[in-house]
Amino acid sequence: MDGRSATIVALEGVRKSFGAVRALAGVDLEVRAGECLGLVGHNGAGKSTLMQVLAGTLAADEGRLVVAGDDITASAGVAAARSHGVVCVFQELSLCPNLTVAENARVMHRAFRGFGWRKRAGAAMVAMLDDIFPGHGIDPADVVADLSIARRQMVEIARAFLVTDQPLRLVILDEPTSSLDQIVAEQLMGFVRRFVARGGSVILISHLLGEILSTCDRVVVMKDGRVVETRPARDFTRESLVAAMGSVVAHEEGRSVAATARQAGETVVEARPPRQADGRSLSARRGEIVGLAGLAGHGQTDLLVRINAAAQGREPHARVAGAVAFVAGDRQSDGVFPLWSIAENITIRSLGRLRRFGLIDPAAEARMAEEWRQRIAIRTPDMGNGILSLSGGNQQKALFARALASEADIVLMDDPMRGVDVGTKQEVYGMVRAEAARGRTFLWYTTEFDELLHCDRVYVFRAGVIVAELAADEITEERVLQSSFAEEAA
Amino acid sequence: MSAFVPSPRLVRAALPALSLAALLVAIWFVQPRAISYFGFNLMLNLAMPIAFATIAQLCVITVNDLDLSIGAFVSFVACVGATWLNETPLLGAVVLLGAVAVYALIGALIHLRNLPSIVVTLGMSFFWLGCSVLLLPSPGGSVPAWLAALVKFRTPFVPFAILVSAALALIVHVGLMRSAWGAILRGAGGNPAAVARAGWSLLRTKVTMFALAGVFGVLSGLSLVGLTTSADANIAIRYTLLSIAGVILGGGEFVGGRVSPVGAVLGAMTLTLAGSLLSFLRISPDWQIGAQGAILIVVLALRALVNRLERRR
Repeated sequence: MDGRSATIVALEGVRKSFGAVRALAGVDLEVRAGECLGLVGHNGAGKSTLMQVLAGTLAADEGRLVVAGDDITASAGVAAARSHGVVCVFQELSLCPNLTVAENARVMHRAFRGFGWRKRAGAAMVAMLDDIFPGHGIDPADVVADLSIARRQMVEIARAFLVTDQPLRLVILDEPTSSLDQIVAEQLMGFVRRFVARGGSVILISHLLGEILSTCDRVVVMKDGRVVETRPARDFTRESLVAAMGSVVAHEEGRSVAATARQAGETVVEARPPRQADGRSLSARRGEIVGLAGLAGHGQTDLLVRINAAAQGREPHARVAGAVAFVAGDRQSDGVFPLWSIAENITIRSLGRLRRFGLIDPAAEARMAEEWRQRIAIRTPDMGNGILSLSGGNQQKALFARALASEADIVLMDDPMRGVDVGTKQEVYGMVRAEAARGRTFLWYTTEFDELLHCDRVYVFRAGVIVAELAADEITEERVLQSSFAEEAA
Repeated sequence: MSAFVPSPRLVRAALPALSLAALLVAIWFVQPRAISYFGFNLMLNLAMPIAFATIAQLCVITVNDLDLSIGAFVSFVACVGATWLNETPLLGAVVLLGAVAVYALIGALIHLRNLPSIVVTLGMSFFWLGCSVLLLPSPGGSVPAWLAALVKFRTPFVPFAILVSAALALIVHVGLMRSAWGAILRGAGGNPAAVARAGWSLLRTKVTMFALAGVFGVLSGLSLVGLTTSADANIAIRYTLLSIAGVILGGGEFVGGRVSPVGAVLGAMTLTLAGSLLSFLRISPDWQIGAQGAILIVVLALRALVNRLERRR
């Protein structure tokens, strides 16, 4: 608009509906060469749908799509988008888990073929990974299924930035840092700035507003399938951005909620990481919210899984008193039952109580589903719809409902807020606190520092063991980071 | 610590070879004279058709489907080989090519209509069986001389069946595990959505894999009928389960595009030799199927152990 740089992508009046649900209600969007455009909005605001239209994986019902000066509305598709230099890193991991890193590069880049393709693809991937994530520790012959979720995301991002036989003008990053720890996320943001400085363009979708504000040049706010606000990033503050999205302003909770006299309750969970050499162990009392912090993939999930197993009485490293429910973080692999309805996904944990004459009572099942639809505000016309008809954030809400609807006294949360919008988060935080006040215990692994402020106590993990225990008044970002990195700093 | 423990992936890859080796040791223990050129020729007589059928099944399993019609299809090919291919070679060849085309069409149908492959191929097994019965109502027929001569070819030092199986394993390994196109085909089993998003046609991958299954099925049927010199409509019915067992024994998984052609061929040989071992042990044929099942359970239990090892990492 100011004529400084060329427009790479222009979307005009894009509309898209899924049945009765209108995902995009006429969106205009423009991306210029050499800029990083931030895209924020609630879950279900239409960001992912818009990006799918841009990447060619979804066809718009109406509207024009112009990329690099060519109107590709008619020929829209993955091939057209790719040949015009548009690549998208999707929110749900899109690597083939049975293939190696090099083979996955081949799936996306047709240029890797003929004699020696494996070597060339591997070398290109390693070079790109070295550039973006120095010290990544990934070998091109590694099978993706063997990599941690953070490393898979790194591979996916590096693969998108590879340039082979086609130009690369615009990379869409949809929640790229959701599984990355802070250091790696910063490496990525640094690379994005370098890529943009070289004239490339990036669309960054993130729920981490700090990331958006520090990395992007311009920020576009979406709401209910429309663009409601477009401004340079420097004109936004965290508060004004949240306000523009139309959700409750994320107010600092402070320590007042936590650290109330809950010390009295009896200990219900006692667990020790198997590699823990010193006497430290994790314990949680009734009604406590206990945080598990540290860099992603340093043994927090593993300990939660062990505690979950202990509830069924077959785990030497953990002891629990009471029923346990697990809220999965990796929705796709161990959260939802993709072929089941929303209602069935919620009630599965509670079927024991929904029985009549030994069989499932459909009326009771429907009642429970309906109750939780209202309590947790799942946005769907019918709880009988398939779970995959929900947006990612709403699927996660359904998983919360599954745990909270159960009789479990102890709820284990495996970084469940990955890629969930601010509004939903606030709702869930409120529920967690209310449930804790009623005597439930929460063990909460999170990669987002802000969430630790809701905890009564925090255990910091490093390399599979507990390295620090912080009481509520000691929980600061510095303390957590210090403990997470102590070894590297020494 | 980890330096002394072989990686689970290596153990997984070595398991089919180890099972085969264990079986050979057992045979040697029971009947030392069987471990000879002549003995292997006899014991592995039927390894060739089973290996082809197993690879056909592997192609289908790679794209997350299951072929319950492969046994009936191999029988049908054997019937064609013992009748038309001998009497009117041109008609026979056209029918076999047509049969491969039908396989490709089944793949297209399963993909386009999003049908469960188990149901479609179960239906197809009756179709093939019906065709075989129409073609050869009672056991009999005779095969072209060139076919019989080809499969009974005597190579020096190493039995022909072993050479063919090794070549088969190598060719499929290179094609499916090492080539750039093989990566796409396996990727379509591992994460179909991702492969489609990268701009590949899932229809094409599925049709390719089913057509390949048809080709290997034809090779299986022809090598079988070349060995037996006559056919009947039920000659290879048990190949359906044998081929699935071979793929799984060989380290493959039912879903997720995790397969191993070399392992599958080793698995097919293991299953073939298991029959011999049981005969050496004087186990009555009535019990042999059960004993074969027991061998399968033992190997699969070892696999489950390996899987647990992998998860512990």
